[in-house]
Amino acid sequence: MKYASQQLALPYFAVAMLLFLLQVVFGILAATVYVMPDFMAAIEPFHIMRMSHTNLLIVWLLIGFMGCTYYLLPEEAETETHSPLLAWLGLGIFAVAGAGALLSYQFGIHEGREFLEQPLWCKVLITVSFLMFLYNCSRTLLAGRKTAINTVLMMGLWLAAIFWLFAFYNPDNLSVDKLYWWWIVHVWVEGVWELIMGSLLAYLLIKMTGVDREIIEKWLYVIIGLALFSGLLGTGHHYYWIGAPGYWQPLGSIFSTLEVAPFLAMVMFAFYMFWKGRRNHPNSAAMLWTLGSATVAFFGAGVWGFLHTLSFVNYYSHGTQVTAAHGHLAFYGAYVMMVLAIITYAMPQLRKVQPFNQLLNMWSFWIMTSAMCFMTFTLTFAGVVQTHLQRVLGMNYMEVQSQLTIFYAMRLGAGTVVAIAVLLYLVAIFGPARQRLPQGNAAVAA
Amino acid sequence: MSEMLSRNRARNIFFGGSTFFFLLFAALTAHSHWYMVNVSTDREGLTEAVARGKHVWEKHSCINCHSLIGEGAYFAPELGNVWTRYGGRENPDSARAALKGWIKAQPLNVPGRRKMPAFDLSEQELDDLVEFFRWTDAIDTQDWPPHPVG
Ligand code: HEM
Ligand code: HEM
Ligand SMILES: [Fe+2]
Repeated sequence: MKYASQQLALPYFAVAMLLFLLQVVFGILAATVYVMPDFMAAIEPFHIMRMSHTNLLIVWLLIGFMGCTYYLLPEEAETETHSPLLAWLGLGIFAVAGAGALLSYQFGIHEGREFLEQPLWCKVLITVSFLMFLYNCSRTLLAGRKTAINTVLMMGLWLAAIFWLFAFYNPDNLSVDKLYWWWIVHVWVEGVWELIMGSLLAYLLIKMTGVDREIIEKWLYVIIGLALFSGLLGTGHHYYWIGAPGYWQPLGSIFSTLEVAPFLAMVMFAFYMFWKGRRNHPNSAAMLWTLGSATVAFFGAGVWGFLHTLSFVNYYSHGTQVTAAHGHLAFYGAYVMMVLAIITYAMPQLRKVQPFNQLLNMWSFWIMTSAMCFMTFTLTFAGVVQTHLQRVLGMNYMEVQSQLTIFYAMRLGAGTVVAIAVLLYLVAIFGPARQRLPQGNAAVAA
Repeated sequence: MSEMLSRNRARNIFFGGSTFFFLLFAALTAHSHWYMVNVSTDREGLTEAVARGKHVWEKHSCINCHSLIGEGAYFAPELGNVWTRYGGRENPDSARAALKGWIKAQPLNVPGRRKMPAFDLSEQELDDLVEFFRWTDAIDTQDWPPHPVG
């Protein structure tokens, strides 16, 4: 670690990981209600658990992205972060807004659109804090070296902020409401966040494989080009049935199918650079998370996305457990794993030790990833059965649900294993650094 | 990747292409907005009551259990076409009474069955909510869902 201000990433990572743990806890609560409907019925209804679960996910990923940015930006720009004070202040405001939203939910205070439940004052604080962050990092970037990696990263973050502004627009016409709601939800995860993912991936590959920057940065532009060329019109896969014109059915089907391309490119990119690189980086856990993220993102977003994206398939599967299966694996592979990869990579430098607790970290990788895959499979089976019984045969919703109990029980089991793996990861990252490196490798770190 | 494509070339293609696709997407969205307001939804029927009903729906975050035209949570039944399911298209008065009755009867005391909370809504709020369901049911959804069960 060359720049003192990179240390600012550490508090961001700590807050993000705490919220990650809470997110998983709320997921387990919600999954328990599916299995035992009377569970906590008098204390907290399902909808509060669910909004806590999904909001924590988004909030911690954003805090994670900010931490990643504070970590890599000084190094890429070859200059210290513009204002450490602003970074601390920004984190404080964001944490207050996030915690404030979470706490209000427990008392039934919330807004009412999915993922955008934060009370208005929280939305405003989130915006303010994010703008402070963008200002701070843009100043850093302007003062320093501009690489493809930090330029694309900042572009992704700025665009995420701009599209977020649609959260403040809530028209009375439900169809129009949905039309622009997707401008946040879809354009984030299948558009501008891919810029963030791509640049984080490129950064990790440059650092850990030692492959020439020129080549990696060219790939980066190709990947984000594929992402936006397909992902913007790909929004059409959400416009099939909400009152939009019929042309979205062919348009959305074609362009959202092309959305597989950037994820395929990312997994090829990652493995190609891994094999091409001669450097055997001592932080193998970080390399594992990096390759894993590209791979699981390809399956979760690419394969599971394609599964239900064609309009004549989506006509039957829309809004079933198939969607929940895809949502979990896609978010996990593309964004959760990528942030965990950067944290795993950065932690030894931030704690000023050689790569540590590698074995434990890799165990948490395999356990968490297998359990998330298992959860995805069981939800996919549930979704296929649901689609057939309800959408094809026309069986009543509640009757169909009673056929799915076994799948929901397995989802709960998988969720419990995920929680254990998260704990292992936290111990590996924040716990005492036990593991010594074999002699001779030590010089290569960083 | 071949030598033909340099980094700067790749960057320029990215900026040019993204701008093009963004403008196209924005134009089609603008057209869809117009289409929704004028063609696929009931413009005159979008009354104060419907708008208030939408806010009742949002105030209690019904979307985090139910789906509405297929979006939302998957814990409870689809409600985009609940008006049709309750026979509102043939017999609006009895559908309205039945829907209000269902909401007021919560929580049903059936152990082992998923619970819908009691929301303590006023008569006015219940009427507005039903208006919102009636309006939503009339959206031209390209024939979705495939079956009235939702
Ligand atoms: C990392 C990238 C992605 C993430 C995080 C993601 C996440 C999600 C989530 C959370 C939903 C549910 C939204 C809701 O609440 O209604 C969803 C829906 C959907 N996604 Fe993705 N997705 C990604 C990429 C993709 C890709 C590449 C495709 C297509 C190839 C795709 C196809 C779909 C479709 C068709 C739906 C609608 C499902 C329905 O009709 O119910 N997704 N996605
Ligand atoms: C312990 C592990 C987990 C359990 C038990 C769990 C459980 C659940 C449950 C019960 C729901 C509500 C589904 C419904 O409405 O019917 C849900 C929604 C969701 N969860 Fe999780 N979850 C877990 C981990 C995660 C992780 C790690 C992520 C992110 C990668 C995630 C992302 C989401 C998303 C995006 C939704 C909304 C899905 C949609 O709208 O389609 N969950 N989860
Ligand atoms: Fe999408």
